[in-house]
Formats: sequence, structure tokens, C-alpha cells
Amino acid sequence: MDFGEMAQRVKQLCPDDFVAEFGEPARDHYIRVKPERFAQLMNVLRDDEKLSFEILMSITAVDTQSYEPTKPRVKKGEQAPPDPEMPEKRFDLVYHLLSVVCNHRLVIKVYLDDDVTPSIATLTSVWPAADWHEREAWDLMGIRFDGHPDLRRILCCEDWVGHPLRKDYEFPKQYHGISAE
Amino acid sequence: MGALENSLNHNVLTTSVDRLINWARRSSVWPMTFGLACCAIEMMAVGCAHHDFDRFGAGAFRATPRQSDLMIVAGTVTFKMAELIGRLYEQMPDPKYVMAMGACATGGGPYYKFGYHVVKGVDRVIPVDVYVPGCPPRPESLIEGLMALQAKIDRDNVLRKDKVVVTSA
Repeated sequence: MDFGEMAQRVKQLCPDDFVAEFGEPARDHYIRVKPERFAQLMNVLRDDEKLSFEILMSITAVDTQSYEPTKPRVKKGEQAPPDPEMPEKRFDLVYHLLSVVCNHRLVIKVYLDDDVTPSIATLTSVWPAADWHEREAWDLMGIRFDGHPDLRRILCCEDWVGHPLRKDYEFPKQYHGISAE
Repeated sequence: MGALENSLNHNVLTTSVDRLINWARRSSVWPMTFGLACCAIEMMAVGCAHHDFDRFGAGAFRATPRQSDLMIVAGTVTFKMAELIGRLYEQMPDPKYVMAMGACATGGGPYYKFGYHVVKGVDRVIPVDVYVPGCPPRPESLIEGLMALQAKIDRDNVLRKDKVVVTSA
């Protein structure tokens, strides 16, 4: 099934308010979902016979904030000036799905509403593989997955401060007495 | 030597205690089976037949710190691992030696600036005897490092320790 057919199928199965956008750049076409309908759509993608995405290959979290410290997206206590190149939301999640039975793949994207403490429904009940992927996204990017059974850090130490892959992350000066500078 | 002069000619060596003990120590430097990253692959290559670390008496990689003389810190030292490295070092019996293998263990390497999780050199955690540069070092470099360590062991005084002056701050 190519992307056009998949998009058609999703349109058939889901009412209009599920999908925010069918993105068709030159390659890696994607479906952008509304965050409140996210878990429902993922269930449909797994269970539908024509789509049957049995495998969640990866979860990627994107911090779209500019890296330059001169133009931070969110600054404590003040409003950042609007930047036309920036997306409206700060955090973007990208899910890669694979169907072995139908031999096709799909990219699902979803913007997260909150710029400081973003959260989204967990997919652990849909694909168990989501468990560790979501823990990684929480550890490194600070994205909360509501309903996750065990949302702990997976890579950093348990007492680590902050989420290292965020663009506004401040490097530690020392850790347990070991200088980090 | 009087009466013994001729009878002992072919059976007795005279040497100093220092040289004898240092000879024994440098000829069987047993490293610990301990690797942290890609440098460990190169360390394994050194242990295998082609480069043969055993020629230098350092081929017996021990699976426990309690039987090891040498810790080759082969790879990137993260903060998460640093505590464990310290604990392993404490478990090694004296005399113990540490070799920092590769750029990461020496000074953070490619993670120096943006590696939020990387200790900028293992010498911030434990004392290091020999630094081996490279990313990762060639097996020849590691062998050179071991020879440097052997030369260092050779200079050690076993019985006459240098006086340590402790000054209070």
C-alpha cells in the first residue's frame, strides 16, 4: 500500500478531527495527528486489516527550539518574539510504524501542546515496544507519557538533573564531586 | 668470597631486591577484563595471537579486580560508570597500575565539549600511570604503553619508599 492509499484508508476509518495534516514532502510522507486523538488513531492503525501495523520501530522526540542562545523560544518570565521559521509548538514526536504482513511503513507525527512539561498518551498498551522508547524520550527530552506503567530514566543516572537533549539544557558543573568542566 | 668463590660461580646471581621484585612485577602485569567502548575491541586485538600481549607477560586478562595488577581503562568514562570504576580500583590489590587508553579516557576526547555525561578524563576519578593517545590507539600503541608502564615499574623502590610529606592546609 502506498501513502496515498494509506491516507485514504485512514480517512475512511477515522472522522475528520483525527488528522491535522497529510504531509507529503519529497520523501518520508507522514500523517500528523491531533494529540487528543493520538492513541485512538494508533489503535486503528494496528487493528485495521488493510493497514495492520504490528511493529512500532522507533519513537523520536524533536525539540524545535532554536539552538542559538540569542533567540530562545521560551525564556523565563518573558514572551519570545515570533519567529516565522519556527513551528508553533516546541516538541514534536515522530513514530515509525512497520507492517510485516502488508510490507509497508508509515510515519506518524504529533505536536505536543505544552512547551515546558509536554505530555501525550502512552502507547504501551498498543505496542509493548513503546515502553523503553517512551522512557528514553522522557529521560532525554522530558516528555511525559500519561499512563506509562514505569516512567523512569533509562539512560542517565536516576538522580540526574534535567533532560539533556533539550536545546535549553544546562550542562552540569559537577556530578557526585567529579568536576564536569 | 673465600671458600665459596668457585663453587657458586654458575648457580648464583647477585642483584638488588628492588631489581628482583621489579623484574617479577613487570613480567606478569595481569590486566583486568574491562572495556568500556570501542577501545576495548582494540584491546582484545592486542590480547589475541597476532599482537600477543602475552609476550610481555600481560596476556592473562583476569575476570576479577582482585587478581588484577593493571586496569586498562579502554573507552569512554561516563559519570554513571565513574563510581563503578572507582570501586573496581579500590578492589585491586597493591601494587596496582592504571592505563588510560584512548582519547576519551585520557581527556574526554570527542565528548570534551558537548558530552554532558562524559568524565573529562579518568584521572579525575582514579590516578593514572600511563596515557595512551589515539582514537582508538593502534595495538602497537597499547604495547608501547605497556612497555612504558614496565619501565615505570622498573624504577620503583620496594623497600625504600620516598618519604611523603604531609602538610596540613
